[in-house]
Amino acid sequence: MKILIVDDFSTMRRIIKNLLRDLGFTNTTEADDGLTALPMLQSGNFDFLVTDWNMPGMNGIDLLRAVRADERLKHLPVLMVTAEAKRDQIIEAAQAGVNGYVVKPFTAQGLKDKIEKIFERVSG
Amino acid sequence: MEQHTDPRGELEASLMDNARELIRSLEQRDFGDAVQIINELNKVRDRGLYQAVGRLTRKLHTAIVSFHIDPNFPESREMSEIADATERLNYVVSMTERAANRTMDLVEATAPVISRLNDDARELRTDWQRFMRREMDAEGFRQLVKRVEQFFVRSERESEKVGAQLNEIMLAQDYQDLTGQVIKRVTNLVTEVERDLVELMLMASQVDNFAGIQHDHAQLRAELDQQKQPSQGEGPQIHADKREDVVSNQDDVDDLLSSLGF
Repeated sequence: MKILIVDDFSTMRRIIKNLLRDLGFTNTTEADDGLTALPMLQSGNFDFLVTDWNMPGMNGIDLLRAVRADERLKHLPVLMVTAEAKRDQIIEAAQAGVNGYVVKPFTAQGLKDKIEKIFERVSG
Repeated sequence: MEQHTDPRGELEASLMDNARELIRSLEQRDFGDAVQIINELNKVRDRGLYQAVGRLTRKLHTAIVSFHIDPNFPESREMSEIADATERLNYVVSMTERAANRTMDLVEATAPVISRLNDDARELRTDWQRFMRREMDAEGFRQLVKRVEQFFVRSERESEKVGAQLNEIMLAQDYQDLTGQVIKRVTNLVTEVERDLVELMLMASQVDNFAGIQHDHAQLRAELDQQKQPSQGEGPQIHADKREDVVSNQDDVDDLLSSLGF
């Protein structure tokens, strides 16, 4: 299971990386915004994308749209982990095809639940 | 605010007085007099306008001097309070980042120590139970005693290390005090700047009055709203519990998503 973590703050990437490792996912790679993440996704055989929303360069929602528009990436499960908490934004993310939405600040258990739910649905 | 006679009151009084005079002269067909009155009106308006512009310029100048943002001043960049505030906030960002990394370094260093001790304890307990069930020969028991003693020594040493690391984690939280002080100073500056801006705006509005300029507020607001695209992102919500259009926690998010068929 190869996972890409996209967030502009290195500390947040580190927290998510540590939580994922505790859940048994050790193969993680990091990117600091959509512009660096997209080429990595296109050439990297990733199985799962965890992305923030608010980032310089390309933000998370645009990255999500780019992923869904890409023939080879459109089925990639995407979890959004973000401080963006407006109802309109959550609806926008859902319409853009997000698989899960976690608001910051989050708990280890909350993140675990969402990831498990996504994999249940993807494999089921 | 400085003390001065209200120039607007003066203008209005003069307008009313002169208007009556103007109507009377016109009714009496005294056009020379009427033109004189119109000139007088213009003069009052111009005087008011110059005074308002003068006050606005003076206030702007004071603001520029007090915030050290004079572009003619070569050291202005270092001295500017705004530049200083920006630097302070950057300091907060780097300090919180350092504290977060320091804490995570320590947690990552501590976790394996604890898990090693835990593994050792479990192994010893299994062997101890074998001994209690009398499934261990004398040689096995001698080995076990040696291992138990080693474990005591190690657990003493390691728990001291863990204690020290926990203390370090505690110390890494000192950023809260330091950044708190910095942020309070920047907050004060922002309040000061806002107050000065409001004052400047009031003075500019007097210029508008004398010059008869009207602003399309509806259009200005529409332009501002247009800049607030939801896709742009707003960052963390400070008053999530008081806003209708914002979720307060993960449960709200889950409810909203399930209402959308997720």
